Amino acid sequence: MDFPIFHLDLLGNRMLIAITAIIHVLINHPLAVGAYPLITLLEWWGLRKGEPAWDKLAYRIVFIVFIITTTVGALTGVGIWLTTSLVAPFAIGSLLRVFFWGWFVEWLVFISEVGLIMAYYLTWKRFATPRLKRLHVAIGATLSAFSWITMALIVAILGFMMNSGAWTQDKSLWSAMFNPLYLPQLAFRTPYSMFTAGLFVWFCIFFVTKRDDPIRPRAIRLVAIWTLAWLPFVVLGAFWYWRSVPASMQANANVALLTQAFSQWHGMFIKIIGWTVAAVAVIALIGAVRPRALPRYVLLVPFVLAIWLLGHFERVREFIRKPYVIADYMYANGVRVAALPVYQRDGILPYATYSAVKQATPANALVAGHEVFMLTCSRCHTTAGMNNVITKLEHIYGREPWDQDALVGFIQGMHLTRTYMPPFPGNEAEASALATYLKSLQRPAPAASTAPAPAAVAAAR
Amino acid sequence: MTTDFLATVPAFLAQITPDAVPVPHDLELPLPIPEWALKLWIVPLFLLHIFFVNLMVGGALMTFVNEIIGLRFPRYDRLARCIGETVTVNKSLAVVLGIGPLLVINLLYTVHWYSANALTGHAWVLLIPLIITVFLLAYLHKYTWETWTGPRKGRHLLVGGAVAALFLFIPLIFLVQVNTMLFPDKWSQVKGFFTALQIGNVFPRYFHFVAASLALMGLFLSFWFGRKGFPIEKKLPEFTRAELRRHFYKWTFWVTCAQFAFGPLVFFTLPMQGITAQVLLWIFGAATLGIVVLGLLWREIHETDERIGHRFWPIAALFSLVVLGMGQGRHFYREAALAPHKAAIERKTAEFRSIELGTRMRIRTGMGAGDALTAAPSGKKLFAQTCAACHAVEKPTAAPSLVEIHTLYADNPAGIVTWAKAPGKKRPQYGQMPPFAHLGEDNLSLIAAYMLDVGAKAAAPAEAAKP
Ligand code: HEC
Ligand code: HEC
Repeated sequence: MDFPIFHLDLLGNRMLIAITAIIHVLINHPLAVGAYPLITLLEWWGLRKGEPAWDKLAYRIVFIVFIITTTVGALTGVGIWLTTSLVAPFAIGSLLRVFFWGWFVEWLVFISEVGLIMAYYLTWKRFATPRLKRLHVAIGATLSAFSWITMALIVAILGFMMNSGAWTQDKSLWSAMFNPLYLPQLAFRTPYSMFTAGLFVWFCIFFVTKRDDPIRPRAIRLVAIWTLAWLPFVVLGAFWYWRSVPASMQANANVALLTQAFSQWHGMFIKIIGWTVAAVAVIALIGAVRPRALPRYVLLVPFVLAIWLLGHFERVREFIRKPYVIADYMYANGVRVAALPVYQRDGILPYATYSAVKQATPANALVAGHEVFMLTCSRCHTTAGMNNVITKLEHIYGREPWDQDALVGFIQGMHLTRTYMPPFPGNEAEASALATYLKSLQRPAPAASTAPAPAAVAAAR
Repeated sequence: MTTDFLATVPAFLAQITPDAVPVPHDLELPLPIPEWALKLWIVPLFLLHIFFVNLMVGGALMTFVNEIIGLRFPRYDRLARCIGETVTVNKSLAVVLGIGPLLVINLLYTVHWYSANALTGHAWVLLIPLIITVFLLAYLHKYTWETWTGPRKGRHLLVGGAVAALFLFIPLIFLVQVNTMLFPDKWSQVKGFFTALQIGNVFPRYFHFVAASLALMGLFLSFWFGRKGFPIEKKLPEFTRAELRRHFYKWTFWVTCAQFAFGPLVFFTLPMQGITAQVLLWIFGAATLGIVVLGLLWREIHETDERIGHRFWPIAALFSLVVLGMGQGRHFYREAALAPHKAAIERKTAEFRSIELGTRMRIRTGMGAGDALTAAPSGKKLFAQTCAACHAVEKPTAAPSLVEIHTLYADNPAGIVTWAKAPGKKRPQYGQMPPFAHLGEDNLSLIAAYMLDVGAKAAAPAEAAKP
């Protein structure tokens, strides 16, 4: 209502954020959080054994990780923020007010992290004496800790968006941070980062060593053991998370329909976990016992599974959060729960700063309907692309011309039948204008169905 | 004639009345820290960020120019390389140090910042891909310096040119953003990035910024190459420390002279609305200090090789003061320019809050919020809202029709309620019906009665038609 609306009608607005976020997480977890500790381990191992070959290997890998994390990794992180500002300014603006200190501390940690990354990479060659080398390993260890803390803070914010816990009552930062899903999430993400880092570094080893390099099998063995060692923790973390989700859904007062989406998710999660862990366990075992046996492309299997696992893991946020963007406080279209009755009585248009019309009337129904769509549906739906509302309506009402009253009824009750959607924040006239607008976008029925239906033909005889 | 003219006045006035200026509501949640604290921090945090942005942009430009000069005079190629090495470090610092001011500006100018965001949205979306690209290219440029030589030098220059060009373009997106947010009265004219370029004084500010980047990078390099710790014998054996110092002092000097043309240009193209005595004081105070800096630079340039550089820290300190003064002046301009709009937003927000409270009170005290909310639920309405999406009257579409349900439950409305609370699975051709227990017994009974009523009416003619 209070910001000009930015809308991507093909890609969908949430998709824009989702793409940025997925790229970010896929880089952040294996590379920033997971790879730095593993590389530090390789370096330390070389120092302990007095074998420069380990050091050379670690240096080559850290180069790859350094380049990716300081470009794509860091910037997609900022990108989540920037795209959310664009798509859901009301949400990010409110979250910043709740989480200011969390964000602020996060920033300080982030500065330290980037400083440490640069120190770690840029001093590698220069810190050559044993004393300096030990210092260098210490920098690596500190860097690893900071990367983890950065993640730990951000996860608090994500968890909060799913389940605001006690925050809705006491509005304190503390209860916002330690919401019920926080620790289980962290317990899953941490070992996840570590084992995927194992897979990534393993993959890198193929590129930075020659086939007959004696370090190759030894490094693969070490990395395979690392990967194996984290697997049990992945299972434990996933289990804890899996157990906590239903409780958290109840707290969110999500009803009936959601449980369906949830039970699907639940069953699927267990399956993917099973497949991933099994695949990684087999491959890592072979790697530990016979490092030369596996060609590099075999690694793609657990990698793809791991990405799928994370994607599925993240999806919970999608359906748990809906219809809210901040649980019990604000709906995904920016309408505050407390302000809803006002809009339902007076309509949303009188309060919409940028709307071309301030009142829905039969005369301006198309314009008003479009405005209402942009204000109340466009954060989640498009009219021509992702989560296209027209196709959705076709599923329900078929391709014959839709009935105005049925649409108005649907709109006014959409939160009752589809609990993932917020209640319609508008009055009757606006629901009617929206229905008119949606009908104007209906595609003409295909020629076949314009022929009289068999039943009608039979009746005519 | 005059009366005709006078008649047009009201229409004209209507155009410029506040109605043309969008006045949104602010967010409901209070600021997490006092506003004065945010105002105190915004300028220093922003300047810290912009310092590294300047070094990054100026560095990329100077790398490119020196690499071209290096085609004729090889020692400049090595100089370019050493400048380029600083860019990839400064760029990382520019990014992380950007978070802080972004945080503060999001809070302090919530409405203005996000509105400008949305108005230039497509450029804003491009920002991240563009920055990632230029960062990757900068690394490519850095790490191919030794390998892309001879016949491949052209390719290397091309990458360097692309880096410089992108680094020149990206700040323009930010500049348009901070410029757009200053002029709510122009928002209705903005239809994306290119129209946003035309409001306020984007281009003078842009040139001012690019020149500042070059000047600052010059000063930085006179320090960077002049310092004891720089292994000049190893990295730039064809230069001496004093020579590099003087070279970059000169560079800073002449660019700063040019700022005395760009600066006034920026100032005189600024829309008047935010210019106050305070703004004038800070800007002109800073400009006066700038003259002192020029004087010091001049003396450094003419210093002997042994003594050159000993005024560096005084110059750097004064230079920082100049920048701080300009930044403060800029901040006061923004505050003054936005003050009336901010006040209007505050009024409107308070107004809405009281409407909202009033509505809630009425609901709580049972007076009802208004017609739409007090109308008693009817079976018809509830059915339309919750069941009609799947159940049609006669046609079995996504679920059994009301006619069919009537035949099953004609004398048993309670059966419908029981079913709807926990539906089973009977017919293979349909999907699963979701449960509706959340509607409550009363509402479900109303729906059941309505369903049977409609079902009976629809079934009646069909029965009658039967032989
Ligand atoms: C919180 C985000 C959100 C908002 C806001 C929202 N929807 Fe939805 N809507 C959804 C989701 C999610 C689905 C399910 C998509 C799917 O089935 O894949 C959906 C489904 C639908 C369906 C299909 C229902 C079905 O049973 O298949 C229609 C029609 C619909 N929405 C219309 C609207 C209209 C009209 C508005 C605006 C008044 C709106 N939605 C606002 C998220 C939203
Ligand atoms: C999402 C689509 C959907 C909605 C919405 C829906 N139903 Fe159904 N309904 C079905 C389907 C599918 C069946 C058939 C189930 C079967 O036979 O397996 C059904 C069957 C029924 C039946 C027949 C039960 C029987 O014994 O055969 C009744 C009664 C009924 N629904 C009532 C309702 C009521 C009341 C509502 C609104 C509160 C409602 N339905 C909303 C899909 C829906």
